[in-house]
Amino acid sequence: MKYKSSTHPVLGKIIAINGSVIKVEGFRDQSVGDMVNVSTKLNLIGEIIKIVNKIAVIQCYEDTSGLKLNATVENYRYPLSMELGPGMLTMIYDGIQRPLEKIAEISGDFIARGLRVPAIDRRKIWEFHPAVNPGDYVSEGDIVGTVQELSLTHNIMVPPGISGKIVSINSGDMRVEDFAYSIEKRDKTIEKFSLLTRWPIRKARPYKKRFIPSKPLITGARVFDLLFPVAQGGVVAVPGGFGTGKTVVQHSLAKFADADVIVYIGCGERGNEMADLLNSFPSLEDPKNHRPLMDRTIMIANTSNMPVSAREASIFAGITMAEYWRDMGKNVLLLADSTSRWAEALRELSGRLEEMPTEGGYPAYLATRLSNFYERAGFVQVLGKGNRFGSITIVGSVSPPGGDFSEPVTTNTKRFVKAFWALDARLAYARHYPAVNWTDSYSLYDNLEEYWEENIEKGWQDARKTVNSILSKADQLESVAKLIGTENLPPDQQLTLLMATVIKDGYLIQNSFNQNDMYSSPLKTMRLALLFLKFYHKCEKLIKIGVPIFRFKEMKCLNALRRARLDFHSNEVEKMTQLGNEMDDEFSNLEKQYRS
Amino acid sequence: MSISYANISSIMDPLVYMKPLPNHNIKNGSVVKIKTKDGEIRTGQVLTVSKDVVVIQVVEGSFGLTLGTTQVTFLDEVFKVGVSREMMGRRFNGIGEPIDGGEPILPEVLLDINGEPMNPVTRDYPRDVIQTGISSFDTLNTLVRGQKLPIFSGQGLPHNRLVAQIVNNAKVRTNEPFVTIFCGIGLLAEQALYFQQKFEERGSTKVISFINLASDPTIERLLIPKVALTTAEFLAFQHDMHVLVVLSDITNYAEALREISNVKGEIPARKGFPGYMYSDFASIYERAGRIKGKKGSITQIPVISMPNDDITHPIPDLTGYITEGQIVLSRDYHQQGLFPPIYPLSSLSRLMKDAIGKENTREDHADLSSQLYACYSKALEIRELESIIGTESLSEIDKQYLTFANLFEQNFINQGDSERPFEKTFNLAWKLLSIMDRSELIRVKREFIEKYYVENVDINSIY
Repeated sequence: MKYKSSTHPVLGKIIAINGSVIKVEGFRDQSVGDMVNVSTKLNLIGEIIKIVNKIAVIQCYEDTSGLKLNATVENYRYPLSMELGPGMLTMIYDGIQRPLEKIAEISGDFIARGLRVPAIDRRKIWEFHPAVNPGDYVSEGDIVGTVQELSLTHNIMVPPGISGKIVSINSGDMRVEDFAYSIEKRDKTIEKFSLLTRWPIRKARPYKKRFIPSKPLITGARVFDLLFPVAQGGVVAVPGGFGTGKTVVQHSLAKFADADVIVYIGCGERGNEMADLLNSFPSLEDPKNHRPLMDRTIMIANTSNMPVSAREASIFAGITMAEYWRDMGKNVLLLADSTSRWAEALRELSGRLEEMPTEGGYPAYLATRLSNFYERAGFVQVLGKGNRFGSITIVGSVSPPGGDFSEPVTTNTKRFVKAFWALDARLAYARHYPAVNWTDSYSLYDNLEEYWEENIEKGWQDARKTVNSILSKADQLESVAKLIGTENLPPDQQLTLLMATVIKDGYLIQNSFNQNDMYSSPLKTMRLALLFLKFYHKCEKLIKIGVPIFRFKEMKCLNALRRARLDFHSNEVEKMTQLGNEMDDEFSNLEKQYRS
Repeated sequence: MSISYANISSIMDPLVYMKPLPNHNIKNGSVVKIKTKDGEIRTGQVLTVSKDVVVIQVVEGSFGLTLGTTQVTFLDEVFKVGVSREMMGRRFNGIGEPIDGGEPILPEVLLDINGEPMNPVTRDYPRDVIQTGISSFDTLNTLVRGQKLPIFSGQGLPHNRLVAQIVNNAKVRTNEPFVTIFCGIGLLAEQALYFQQKFEERGSTKVISFINLASDPTIERLLIPKVALTTAEFLAFQHDMHVLVVLSDITNYAEALREISNVKGEIPARKGFPGYMYSDFASIYERAGRIKGKKGSITQIPVISMPNDDITHPIPDLTGYITEGQIVLSRDYHQQGLFPPIYPLSSLSRLMKDAIGKENTREDHADLSSQLYACYSKALEIRELESIIGTESLSEIDKQYLTFANLFEQNFINQGDSERPFEKTFNLAWKLLSIMDRSELIRVKREFIEKYYVENVDINSIY
């Protein structure tokens, strides 16, 4: 372990309590970021957030009612940190990495205060396979050995900042705090390490080099994968008013997105929603390898009624754990629901600190903090020997008050993200899910074409462009159609309107309760898109020889096409090919009728 | 250990400020007793404390307090309320004292009114229903045990009548114990009398009322929901009861929150409401729920009268982000004389999908609700078309939709004060759907059509 807690804390006493913010005087040694034990009686966890005239201003991560003036505060002189090591997967933590299941064992159905439970199980035995020998030179990020954690290989890495010669290395069964290996550093001192390390949550973990993300993160939702894609290592914001299905989008990403590890942060959201997720997840399996989905998931549940300062910490807790997995060379997806609740926590704390507010009451550093978080995403070459790469993709939902996208959290978030999935109450009321508005949404990850063309199917870029242009043209035409009636539009415009309706119902909508439709493999996403385009291009051609629109509407293959998303499972590619053939036949018959 | 002071330095209703003794370890959130020079005793609570100043909020308000002669005694405990099963059928004020003239309650246990947050991993996902006896609630927006489902209303809409009806008729359809807690926040005296009368009409001993009148102290409005919910938690999780908590009206609560925040000199966020209003609301609403392995549940119906009917106003907006759906009342319906004026298209119960069906309500419930929803929204489009092109140009099918919509509004939505159990509501809904051709009912499984569709339905029989 890198951060050794000194056995003798420095002491101070409380001189003011205002909600979750307290002031402490008397520390003879202190720095911003120090984790403190507030009151030796209540044992609340706190963090020094600023120091004013030698007085420490502390945000307390638990409710302060009953806390006494003049109570003793202990400062152990190390920053608020996450425990990192084998045993994090499948865990459910609160905002400061306390395991909620363990807490329930101790304090029952309600969360009591002052509980200290280690984040990682100390008693669990892991089989450590060393990958280096005594005498080998290692430096930061190098893999000294591995542990099998569920279906993933958990690399044990030399902590950042450490390099030297392996003195001895253990192997076989051990617990996380047992001796694993020791390193003789340049200054000839020997440091011992276990499987467990710590990292301060406010500090990004280092990597070797950053790259522009170029590989898509497959989400399993057609509207994202085709129209508004995100890359591995990318950043997306999902804004939407209440009832637009933000949480449903986040849940379905947690289930189907193509990532090695998922970190799900329920930040200031509903308890019953969390309960739904926690109840349903253990029984769900990964569509790719049929292992329980929980096996690749770390959850942070800090519901809206849990302490507000822990809510503020929760997204940094999540990203620190995500970085640790990234450093092993994994692709991590971090889902934060919702960043607005986090920003509100920031606002609340700022208010208690009596700071000068800016727009909407938010503190002036809102944008800085947001960028601190979002900038920790990315596709990187990780520390250590060999060309190993890892990524963190962030999908953060935003809950703009009143559904107004011009509010500070949404506008500031927009500055740091490259993809924007705008959810629309109008679509949600019409039960169009995912309720992604195609005009307001965008994705600047337009360099993913190569991957799609080489690995999945040709024509991705072309399909995107055509679908996009049909949708945007239709939006313009709709207002005209309302005035003069659809029948009075020229045939090509009628076709655009028809195609837009068909694409919306038959392609963009995805039913999360239907077995075939809940997940769309990249191949299904592409093949279906190509079928819709095939239909469109064939109609375009026949319009020119005078085939009226209603003939297309009556076609059998159109009906089949509209139902294809529900009827075909992702692995039934041959059925899609067959539908394509039937389409060919039906169109050539139609063409013959009109040519003769 | 209690220490008394007589050194109030500032009075800003309902707060008082004073300097503590240097070695007095005042407890944050602790209770104080205040004795005026006339001997009147008031209760207060420590809001913030520092070595230079203690801020105390006085429940009864700080009007009439004096600088030198008012005595302030710090008790070394936080705000607690005594609860008991004997509270059933009684009426209390904002700090849990009986106001119905009856005997004081002998508390079984004293509980901190702030409670503790429920651990997300011990929460159980809500799955069983509560029957309100109101068709548009039960069929289209079913209330689930453990849910929080607010009523979004407006000034001049009959939400009080609706609330009284729900309180009197709501039941769980199993033989489990069920109790309703009515928490009136900032009620007008006349409204309070109305509720009291309504509850007494039914002679219900299953209602516990907590009443804070508009003329009562502001601070009490902030305490009363917490007191009510602490009682609810006691009954639900220590005595296995299903508890329905009706909070009316949250708008008054939010106004009180703003008022106090303002006096405290806090920095306001939207429309002058404090920045922590979301967290504060959550500390109330999130106390609804179920716990694994426990039989009881807490269900909440908060009532919000939306200022100026604006659903984007911070009060309904923040509420909507925390609650699991909303029931929206329509001014249009009300003007047409429909009661209850629940507008189905913008109402939503998020938890109903997993709670309804064969075991809890009836096999066809989900399909039926989705079909009613689809037919009514289509009918409204046709109605709009009708106003442009005239009834004559409509097709037969379109006319069926219009008949459906009219009867749906007049006889389904508009049910007056009557109580309809699920079966009665479902059968009525089927008669309504039977106005339409079978082929129009695409959201319902074929077998349900076979079973429930009424051939040649007589439209006079639909009520």
